[in-house]
Amino acid sequence: MMNTFVVYVENKPGVLTRVASLFRRRAFNIDSLTVGRTEKPEVSRMTITAEADQDQARRIEANLYKLVNVLLVENITHEPSIVRDLAMIKVAATHEARSHVLELASVFRARVVDVAADSLTIEITGAEDKIDGLLEVLRPYGVLEMVRTGIVAMRRGKNTISPATAIHGELDIAEDDVSQSV
Amino acid sequence: MKPKTAGKTMTGAGILWECIEREGVKDVFGYPGGAILPAYDALKHSKIHHILVRHEQGATHMADGYARASGKVGVAVATSGPGATNMVTGIATAMLDSSPIVCITGQVGSKLIGSDAFQETDITGVTLPITKHNYLVTHANEVARTIREAFYVAKSGRPGPVLVDITKDAQQTSAEFDWDAAKPQLPGYRPDLSPEQKEYEQALDLIHNSKRPVILAGHGIIISGAMQEVRDFAERAGIPVALTLLGIGAFPAAHPLNLGMMGMHGEAWVNHTIQEADLLLAFGMRFDDRVTGNLKTYAPNAKKIHIEIDPAEINKNVKVDVPLVGDLREVLHQLLPHVESIDRSEWLDCIDKLKGDSAVRDIQNLPDSGHLYAAHVINDLWRETRDGDTIIVTDVGQHQMWEAQYYKHEKARSLITSGGLGTMGFALPAAIGAKVARPEAEVWVVVGDGGFQMTLCELATIVQEKLKVNIAIINNGFLGMVRQWQEFFYERNYAATPLLNPDFAKLGEAYGIRSMTVSERSQVIPSVRAAREHDGPVLINFKVEQEDTVYPMVAAGASLHEMIRRPSKIVETAADE
Repeated sequence: MMNTFVVYVENKPGVLTRVASLFRRRAFNIDSLTVGRTEKPEVSRMTITAEADQDQARRIEANLYKLVNVLLVENITHEPSIVRDLAMIKVAATHEARSHVLELASVFRARVVDVAADSLTIEITGAEDKIDGLLEVLRPYGVLEMVRTGIVAMRRGKNTISPATAIHGELDIAEDDVSQSV
Repeated sequence: MKPKTAGKTMTGAGILWECIEREGVKDVFGYPGGAILPAYDALKHSKIHHILVRHEQGATHMADGYARASGKVGVAVATSGPGATNMVTGIATAMLDSSPIVCITGQVGSKLIGSDAFQETDITGVTLPITKHNYLVTHANEVARTIREAFYVAKSGRPGPVLVDITKDAQQTSAEFDWDAAKPQLPGYRPDLSPEQKEYEQALDLIHNSKRPVILAGHGIIISGAMQEVRDFAERAGIPVALTLLGIGAFPAAHPLNLGMMGMHGEAWVNHTIQEADLLLAFGMRFDDRVTGNLKTYAPNAKKIHIEIDPAEINKNVKVDVPLVGDLREVLHQLLPHVESIDRSEWLDCIDKLKGDSAVRDIQNLPDSGHLYAAHVINDLWRETRDGDTIIVTDVGQHQMWEAQYYKHEKARSLITSGGLGTMGFALPAAIGAKVARPEAEVWVVVGDGGFQMTLCELATIVQEKLKVNIAIINNGFLGMVRQWQEFFYERNYAATPLLNPDFAKLGEAYGIRSMTVSERSQVIPSVRAAREHDGPVLINFKVEQEDTVYPMVAAGASLHEMIRRPSKIVETAADE
């Protein structure tokens, strides 16, 4: 099944490569990966979706934790959560088709963000299947171009995953732990 | 007391050595070059002894051998580009065997990065999947913290290699050096997990209700330093112990509860014991395919308890009933007071019966056909060196398996071998590292004629450093293990396995190493004695039976109890006809 992971990482160069490379070398396929800033500048948040059974999902989580720059991993697949994808779809819209396309967009609560002589660009936000649905009905008119962000996800209610909880206190390393006795 | 250095301005190169020294390192293995030259220049201000290798792969294996012999972090140094890429095999070797090494590489100036400059390679990119962690340092003021973090990450938790790539300008420019302020900042790193109380109780329940338990003893015992705890545990609970290749030495070979090595070339009774067990206690091992055989038929009636520091190993290959994630020594400390003493003589008798005809099939019991067998060489080497503080360092292949079968290791860190990656060419440089780490120990290289030729350039390092390392080449004129697979699985089509070798004794002499050739069994012990008495390095070229085979063998992917056994009578070989 498709699993959704929320991953907090240190905001450092190369961390995205480390995460992506991990999936590749453990032979898991990333379906979608989004990354962006959080309220803490030193922390980035990723939403990763990947096909995996329960055992594989647990191993993905354990392997993510092996990356030194990974702060927190939550598999929210089975948690009540809000999942959003954003798409911009440029549809061929000739004079006669235009009103039909506008009607469809409004049914899906999508917004028209650009109008040209023979095309409309529609922005839609929602769960992936909602976007897939709109795409399906627009296809007959001719989809000229499309871009999707990949999903971002957050747990509902008071179950909060904040970057503050992701950062553990400063490592308390005893001096003899660091310096080997000579 | 360490000198206070707050406020002292030093070059990045100076800070590098200062930090390495403060980590307790006295010896590093390396090879200079353009991008690492500032660091080499700064060595003159350091007490660190630099050992010049002949190839950077050798430097990494030496650091690895140093780490495995001592438990301390080994350090290898190389320049950018080809110097760094030559380290890849050694880093991957250390990664798969959880060996703590820190590799320092020079990098082109930070302004040149990305321009395909002379000797520029993205070595942090290249080594990303084969290091525990790696760093690119572009400023002198990052050097101290990075080195401290590198050492800490390399040796804590499940150890592994860490690479630090330092640009030339970061070595040349200066920064304020303050050791105390450069404390590691690793907010996401958790090397210190421990099991929950409930899991301990579940484990004890399984142990106390088990009639046919076996301990599977792995490398983790040695890394964790849990040899005594494992022994206490096995003795109190009356549980026999089977060893992985890297677990050899973790439990004394002479101990009555020691069964021997498991897996592809493990003793038949050990594999049968595992298959008939009702409980496996995996101590610091990872159910590698070489020890499980076919997973579908592996220990079908056994419950499994897995004590392991790396949570990603749990349920990776074998589904376990109770995982205890944590440091093995600490976990056993928690378990030990609650382990009940149970009489398991019935199970131990049963295992004795499983030994059956194995002794008869032992190569040591075959009639003397006038041929020298590798097993004879290794067994005689064991007889001669068993009482001392001896470290055997093997390469990979048939001789490695014979070593595991015929050299009885009583102590941890007395066998050093590349298990996970199976790196040919490992032995000679790793032995150099072992000797540097433990100069008082007697170090023997046991190496095949194939693997020896992969890194033999390090003979010069042995001579230059005046190291007393003895080398036993098990020379059968073949890539023996590959030939064995061809014999069993490719209709004896010996494609690309026969070797035309130089005269190794002459080669050794050319390096200034006392060398001899031995082809008769009666000469094995005298040659070993002569080598031990000589106060410099000695190379012995043992010309052994060409088409000998390691038995028993579980074919790749076969069930663990389906072994190809040594024919009970000696097989006349082509040489006899």
